[in-house]
Amino acid sequence: MKGRPLLYTSYEADQGLLNTTSKKVMLGLFLLVLVTIPFQVIPGLQFLGQADWLRLLSTTAIFAIGALGLNILTGLAGQVSLGHAFFMGVGAYTAVWLGGPEDGPLLGLGLPIWIWLPAAGIVAALIGVAVGPTAVRVRGLYLAIVTLGLVFIGDYLFRNWASLTGGAQVGRDFPPLEFRWWKEEVPVIDFTTPSTWFGLEVSGIAKTFFLLALLAGVYTLLAKNLQRTRVGRAFMSIRDRDIAAEIMGVNEFAYKLLAFGISSFYAGIAGALLASFLTRVIPEQWNLFLSVQFIAIILIGGAGTVTGALLGSAFVVLLPRIVQNFTLWLQSLALEGEGLLGAIANVFIATSQTDFGLINTMAGVGPGLSVAQLNLVLYGLLIIGFLIFEPLGLFGIWLRIRNYWKGWPFTY
Amino acid sequence: MSGKLLERRAERSGPKDYDHLLDVTDIHLAFKGVKAIAGVSFHVDDGELFAIIGPNGAGKTSLFNVVNQVYEPQQGDVRWKGESLMGLKPNETAERGIARTFQNIALFPHMTVIENLLTGRHVRMRSSWLAGSVWLGKAKREEIENREIVEDIIDFLEIEQWRKYPVGLLPYGIQKRVELGRALAMDPELLMLDEPVAGMNLEETEDMARFILDVQDELGIAIILVEHDMGLVMDIADRILVVDFGKPIAEGTPSSVQKNPNVVKAYLGEEVETV
Repeated sequence: MKGRPLLYTSYEADQGLLNTTSKKVMLGLFLLVLVTIPFQVIPGLQFLGQADWLRLLSTTAIFAIGALGLNILTGLAGQVSLGHAFFMGVGAYTAVWLGGPEDGPLLGLGLPIWIWLPAAGIVAALIGVAVGPTAVRVRGLYLAIVTLGLVFIGDYLFRNWASLTGGAQVGRDFPPLEFRWWKEEVPVIDFTTPSTWFGLEVSGIAKTFFLLALLAGVYTLLAKNLQRTRVGRAFMSIRDRDIAAEIMGVNEFAYKLLAFGISSFYAGIAGALLASFLTRVIPEQWNLFLSVQFIAIILIGGAGTVTGALLGSAFVVLLPRIVQNFTLWLQSLALEGEGLLGAIANVFIATSQTDFGLINTMAGVGPGLSVAQLNLVLYGLLIIGFLIFEPLGLFGIWLRIRNYWKGWPFTY
Repeated sequence: MSGKLLERRAERSGPKDYDHLLDVTDIHLAFKGVKAIAGVSFHVDDGELFAIIGPNGAGKTSLFNVVNQVYEPQQGDVRWKGESLMGLKPNETAERGIARTFQNIALFPHMTVIENLLTGRHVRMRSSWLAGSVWLGKAKREEIENREIVEDIIDFLEIEQWRKYPVGLLPYGIQKRVELGRALAMDPELLMLDEPVAGMNLEETEDMARFILDVQDELGIAIILVEHDMGLVMDIADRILVVDFGKPIAEGTPSSVQKNPNVVKAYLGEEVETV
């Protein structure tokens, strides 16, 4: 229908995921950028192709998978869970048990990725469904506390089960991202060492990035589809009004349990990928702070929206780096100390032990916050800010921009 | 009304092997010391418009909750086509074909009108979370088929212009209509309407009355109506049950109920009898 982009002639077209031209164009551009990032060809975005930025983007992809899972439980079904880190840990240790070296001192079966990765999700989901019945009997803050308990049980378990986890503060190496059919000496595809693909030089981290981005893409599609079909609507109906949902025929208990299971599956996959990506992980990694980070992702991105989970992941993972770069820039201004800008920067930055400043760029000396502490403060401020001013998160801001241009130049 | 919902009426009109569609006998429901319902019995037949009236606090909504199995009565039985509903979960009563609207609107405010109605279709759909996630074959077909049924209902209730709005943003009268639509989407054989015209102006009330009569006539769905608008009840009900303080005080056609002295007493009070 030329010139009438919103005229649909079939329900299939109306219910499609990419039901407008602009959505198609934007997704296409986004994918193009993703594919070309490691080759540093797009002017202005070349810095993203550097190894450290590719590491951040890979982490974003992993966090996005975890966040999509929490979004199903918290965003769709409305059950606030602080137990996400526990299920990620379960996934990671399932992966290492199945995929770790057979002949090492620690538990390991030496199986390939196509076994340990799905298994990580499935075991986490099974444990989620097993502990679910106690958890889904309570709501809201009470559920948050019950799931908080899970994190501490997990923390104790992981620290003390040394034959699997390597022990407290020690940790162990996780199976690398490489594809084998079975236990061959040389992997079929190794995602961590450089090689030539289709005549192009691809670095190890670039290959990792492609793999993780692809996985994140697949899970995004699955999550989006789930949300727009029967089960997703059942989740949302429980979130919005649980009694009415039951009278409409939604089995509240079964669906809460299902949400728990699916969410734990995503968490397990994300945990296994994160551990594998970081190569060495200590048991203390799977702590409350990780869970809180995921809550922050959901709230900052926009609860209940798939796009929000992705935006939130990018935001939370990239924020520390951006803050760091910003602080370094302020520091350079303050050290030069010339003009108004330098003076303003000097107020914020402590440049010497005796200098007063909000942010201290020298490790551990003098007043002020370190960059890491500043990040924590910013997380807190951002969560509070979004809850009060923009409950729909980054997605809400995007909606507002979109709606403004939809009607432009009219106000509505 | 067109399409699938009418086909369902034809399917339902076969021979029956039960006395009454819904048979409620001798319900006693108490919350601690408060006796909400004390010995109410009634029955509803196929395609009948049965009204329950009574002063505030008479136990009308509690009766709905007993039929839905949200409340478990201490005594009594609810039979659906001869089968006892006692001990089932609310969602199981929904699967059997009992739909309901609420006195204080209980739509899902963050979902659009279409999504709300599709949630009503939940009991009539089958696809699992896995099939839905993959969006292939059967699951996709099912979504689109049910969208068509939902569009029929949207058409019937004349809410086309609102279909993509989150219902939380809609005016009250429209929300009431959407709620009726969500109940209809469940493809029920019994529709329980809890004060469908509460807080509506005359025009909206007349619209709603028309919809209720259409549901009864065209779709052949039996209706239990709880309502305080006496004009509406007397005009459209086939039979009326009057309850007061949880007890039944009269039952019969609108005209007989109006003349019943017990009803007059319950609504208007009585003179103090002197000995």
